[in-house]
Amino acid sequence: MESCAFQLQVVAVFILISTEFLTMENNIKLLVNNISVVYSDVIQVLKGVSLIIRAGQIVSLLGSNGAGKTTTLRAISGLLKPENGKVTEGSVEYDGKPIQNSSPEEITRKGIIQVLEGRQEFKYLTVEENLRVGTATRWGKPFKEDLELVYRYFPALQARRKSLAGYCSGGELQMLVIGRALMAHPELLLLDEPSLGLAPLLVKEIFQIIRRINQEQGTTLMVVEQNANMALQIAHYGYVMENGKVVMESTADELRENPDIKEFYLGTAASGALKSYKDVKSYKRRKRWL
Amino acid sequence: MDFFLQLLVNGISLGLLYALSALGFVMIFKSSSVLNLAHGELLAIGAFLFLVFSTWARLPIILAFGLTLVGTFALGFVVERLFLRPLIGENLIEVIMMTLGLGIMFRGLLLFIFGGDIHSYPDFLPKSLTIQWGAVQIPSVNVATFIIGILFLVIFGFFFKYSSQGIYMRSVADNQPAALSLGVHVRRVFALSWAIAFIVAAMSGIVLGIINGINVHELSAIGLKVFPVVILGGLDSIGGAILGGIIIGLIETFTGGYFSTALKEIIPYIVLIFILMVKPYGLFGLVEIERV
Repeated sequence: MESCAFQLQVVAVFILISTEFLTMENNIKLLVNNISVVYSDVIQVLKGVSLIIRAGQIVSLLGSNGAGKTTTLRAISGLLKPENGKVTEGSVEYDGKPIQNSSPEEITRKGIIQVLEGRQEFKYLTVEENLRVGTATRWGKPFKEDLELVYRYFPALQARRKSLAGYCSGGELQMLVIGRALMAHPELLLLDEPSLGLAPLLVKEIFQIIRRINQEQGTTLMVVEQNANMALQIAHYGYVMENGKVVMESTADELRENPDIKEFYLGTAASGALKSYKDVKSYKRRKRWL
Repeated sequence: MDFFLQLLVNGISLGLLYALSALGFVMIFKSSSVLNLAHGELLAIGAFLFLVFSTWARLPIILAFGLTLVGTFALGFVVERLFLRPLIGENLIEVIMMTLGLGIMFRGLLLFIFGGDIHSYPDFLPKSLTIQWGAVQIPSVNVATFIIGILFLVIFGFFFKYSSQGIYMRSVADNQPAALSLGVHVRRVFALSWAIAFIVAAMSGIVLGIINGINVHELSAIGLKVFPVVILGGLDSIGGAILGGIIIGLIETFTGGYFSTALKEIIPYIVLIFILMVKPYGLFGLVEIERV
């Protein structure tokens, strides 16, 4: 009897180890499997999007306006619901468990935090109070060390910590919302256009900090960007979306070298030299991957 | 001079009472931007619940008071769950209409159970609370009001300013999508704000009941008095609610004392109109922060 129980135990441990090994091998943090998203039951925005985000990587999602990048992020973070949207087909798996159409309260508690587009600060809270809201997923318990960590990444915030967020500059606000998300101890951080409306030098600084967060905290990141140049510099892997579909995916290095990406997103011609206006004719050459 | 001091003291204690009552109102407005038109009925519910526990069930006063607080807190959760949660995401005006309907329903229920007569509590406040200071005499009710008012205002002030839960509540009021994205439990915040509103309303209801007797119509009407108080102070400011309460209380007692008691119900609203013309956000209301 006892030996039987022991054998069972051994088998159980074996299964545990082997599944552990499998996930280790694949290292998949998030699997978006062929999802379709429909707003208000009629407007279809995503038509079968599939993505893989591996643990510890920075994945960037590129595409023009209206391609469905933000909707993809919302489908992952559960924030489709307040916008009256729904994942109608496919699945989103996080650490192997389906999370599509879960409430944002549940998803944030699993460690997925989305930083919304356009710096959604709490205007009437001070900078420090803004940061403390980031502790909501663990009922506000210890936050002192996290505050110090955020101030280490963003020293500019420390100087402003007592002032109302509504009176901060755009750059400070972008740091604030990223810092606020860091307070939640994210395992997967979704950033929606962190460079929006910022001065080029500041964009550089923010992206360097994003890379540091990835390296030092081991946070997996997904960055939606219009600034493809910046995004591809820090990313390990990239996806390009158009019209609600993923039309291209590759490692960031390959994407940087891809002639179409170079022409349409990076703004440099294939040869690197300026082309004659006669030769460009991008409207004819504009490639659709549909 | 003595008369003046007497009025001053009465005015301040009445004002603290208004402030306490306004606090419940501000609480709901702050977290969900809903004007709670059932506020007067919340006062009445608290007052009658205390009547049931203290007079009908003859429980010791402290126990009755505690049970009333617990009862109204729970009631707040239930009301939010049953009537207001289904409306989350709907237009604000629909939620406000719902509170109007809730108020009418509560008043009807209270009238059905307790009738329209004036009830009263047993005289339980110890006489030793009365303060005699020269010719100025402060009745024990006013002293009790003072203590309860200041105690709870300080507690809630600290709660909102420093506690995590208080900060979450303010964040929801400020930017709901952003609060959601950080995992703030928005529905829980709404429920909590209603429960707290029920509690503070019950407390002011009880004190008003001690002073004026408990009557459904009268207590509900006092809910209306909350409007000049909160608008004067700024709809979303706790400090404003306190100061607004005290100002309205003082104006009322001084008009009643020096001019005529008939005027004292009207003057607060006249003051309100003037304040709104000069400072449309109220004395301490949030000035809309706009990026230019």
